[in-house]
Amino acid sequence: MIRFIDVYKEYDNGTKALKGINLRVDDGEFVFLVGPSGSGKSTVIKLITAEIALTEGQLMVNGFNLNNISPRQVPVMRRTLGIIFQDFRLIDKKTVAENLSFAMRAIGASSREVRKRIPYVLKLVGLEAKADRYPGQLSGGEQQRVAIARALVNNPSMIIADEPTGNLDPQRSLEIMMLLERINELGTTVLVVTHEKALVNRFAKRVIAIENGRIISDETGGYYNGQKI
Amino acid sequence: MARKFDAGYYFSEGFHSIFTHGFMSFAAVCMIMACLLIMGSFTLVAVNLDHMLSDLEAENEFIAYVDESYSEADAWAIGDTLRAIPNVSKVTFVTRQQALDDFREGRASNPLLDNLQPEVLRDRFRIHVDDISQLSVTADATGAVEGIEDVNVAKEIAQGFILVRNIATGVALVLIAILMVVSLFIIANTIKLATFYRREEIAIMKMCGATDGFIQWPFVVEGMILGLVGSLLAFFAQWGIYQAVAKLIIQGNGLSLVTMVSYGSMAQTILLVFCITGAVIGVGGSLLAIRKFLQV
Repeated sequence: MIRFIDVYKEYDNGTKALKGINLRVDDGEFVFLVGPSGSGKSTVIKLITAEIALTEGQLMVNGFNLNNISPRQVPVMRRTLGIIFQDFRLIDKKTVAENLSFAMRAIGASSREVRKRIPYVLKLVGLEAKADRYPGQLSGGEQQRVAIARALVNNPSMIIADEPTGNLDPQRSLEIMMLLERINELGTTVLVVTHEKALVNRFAKRVIAIENGRIISDETGGYYNGQKI
Repeated sequence: MARKFDAGYYFSEGFHSIFTHGFMSFAAVCMIMACLLIMGSFTLVAVNLDHMLSDLEAENEFIAYVDESYSEADAWAIGDTLRAIPNVSKVTFVTRQQALDDFREGRASNPLLDNLQPEVLRDRFRIHVDDISQLSVTADATGAVEGIEDVNVAKEIAQGFILVRNIATGVALVLIAILMVVSLFIIANTIKLATFYRREEIAIMKMCGATDGFIQWPFVVEGMILGLVGSLLAFFAQWGIYQAVAKLIIQGNGLSLVTMVSYGSMAQTILLVFCITGAVIGVGGSLLAIRKFLQV
């Protein structure tokens, strides 16, 4: 669960990125966070992942109060999240399976747990036959599937996808979004940050629109800017 | 999944990343080796200089003349008192006759010396000191001993030795300190460059919930291995260079004015110092280099 209460964020250079955000995402929800570039979407993600600290307000993520979270607790909180990036962020010199095991070992999983979990997750994203391939040998869509598998491998309660289809063609984008929808149906909360209207409107989920650091709409039903495309 | 100290994993990751980032590892090893070689060479020059000066110091002595009224037996007895003086390393009694013989040596063809009697000379002691810087104090203490009439000491020569040694030691220390700082800077930057390529890996680990400790350990292992490999290579290279230089010096040193400490006698110490320095530089450089990337 995510809870923003009157959250303000001002960067050191004086930029006011968020101006009093109030937001609640409950467990099991699928939410699109939409808005133009510079609207404050990335700041919301960075606050949730504790990359930056808020200036004012209250922020709770999966039971952790980020207003007074200790540095030792930050990694523990992050283990409840699975993060997907637009540019995939895979390690080129590791195979698909190694990219996943790397994420599992990072939180202290044993070799046995790694061996057991990775085939299951790769099957979930449809890449069980490509475990030994390197990222460079995969298409963009497949690389994003590996990134989703990596986000899922530690069994997080929430997936945060930051422009996950930004580097993909429409068909691959649709496949990725369908995969995220399926993951949501299995019980994981999904928060997708995007500015792709067509995708948002096609899936008819809850859409939170942010602009100029403020939430301008929060509706369930798949509309972006109030128009279905 | 419980957190635990997984030494096997850290070692495996650290070891493998040396080969995964082969060129940067090679660069780091070369830098560590070069820095240790330069520092080691200066240290060995200083050690040899000190050794030569010690040899010269060991030959340094002063003469204490015995009161003319003392018989040879009485004079001999003073020796024990002289040996008890602090800083005195060796006391040699020289009789009047021996002193005359020494004097005549090399002057045999001089007829003026033929009639010279031992009585014109005095019994004396040749006194060697441990610490040349305390020569004046030792000479004064010797002069105060009952039965010693006079002391002949070349204080200026002793002061010269002290000055040369102090300058040599000072210059060596300053050079080594400067080189050490320069080495650390170069190595930290080399490792930082190597780590820069891996900031993505670090960022991913942080986003997955890895602790700073978990991220740092493989780098510590890697830095230590690179440091130790650089140290071992530097040790053997230093050995080869030292032997070659020693050979050249001995060949061009017909008068045996220059003596050198054998590398074998210093090998254990050099290996230990190189390994400790290399490991510290490797680990320290790694930790310094990744510190910035952990701020995510």
